[in-house]
Amino acid sequence: MSPRAAWRLESLGFTEVYDYVGGKADWIAGGLPVEGELANVPRAIDVVKQDVPTCGPFDRIADISDQVEAAREDVCIVTNDEGIVLGRLRRRALTSDGGKDVHEVMEPGPTTTRADAELEGLVERLDSAGVRSMLITTPEGRLLGVVYREDAERYLAERR
Amino acid sequence: MPTNITRDELQELICGGAQLVDVLPPAEFAEFHLPGAMSIPLKDLDATTTAGLSRDKPVAVY
Repeated sequence: MSPRAAWRLESLGFTEVYDYVGGKADWIAGGLPVEGELANVPRAIDVVKQDVPTCGPFDRIADISDQVEAAREDVCIVTNDEGIVLGRLRRRALTSDGGKDVHEVMEPGPTTTRADAELEGLVERLDSAGVRSMLITTPEGRLLGVVYREDAERYLAERR
Repeated sequence: MPTNITRDELQELICGGAQLVDVLPPAEFAEFHLPGAMSIPLKDLDATTTAGLSRDKPVAVY
């Protein structure tokens, strides 16, 4: 939407026009304040866990399993050099075949949500899907971290 | 030609006095928007609705 608006403004005689393509989701991903009726609603960014294990698609499973174990996590998020989410490795894959590369055993294209997602709705989606976590990314798909259902439920309960 | 900008670049522009326009539908603006943004939905963007903006200052949209 904003690219068309930027061009429209130029056609209206504005000479210095900038397009913030990332928009509200990117702004919130940066932890910056917003205004409005729902400005203070709990969002994914409020409880995102950022220090999650990551690996590259061409890393060897054997080389990363210790890192994941040390972090006491069940998963390793597969990202490229730009931090874009490519896939996810679950514990089962991490312990299966240490001689393989990550891209051979990862789950490609995991579901992600943006940082400005309302937390209450996110918890409902996790509940109905029967999963305990959700990857949070920027609008471009860059990993911000993981929201765990129990963290989100605790945060919401504390604010009620 | 409009220039794509990052979050950091937008913050610099705002500090420098740029005008900030939210072109999302009014309901989305009402829910939450960037501090100091004015609402001019894309479908309403014309000479009349932008009359209050200065042509001489940078304008950023999202």
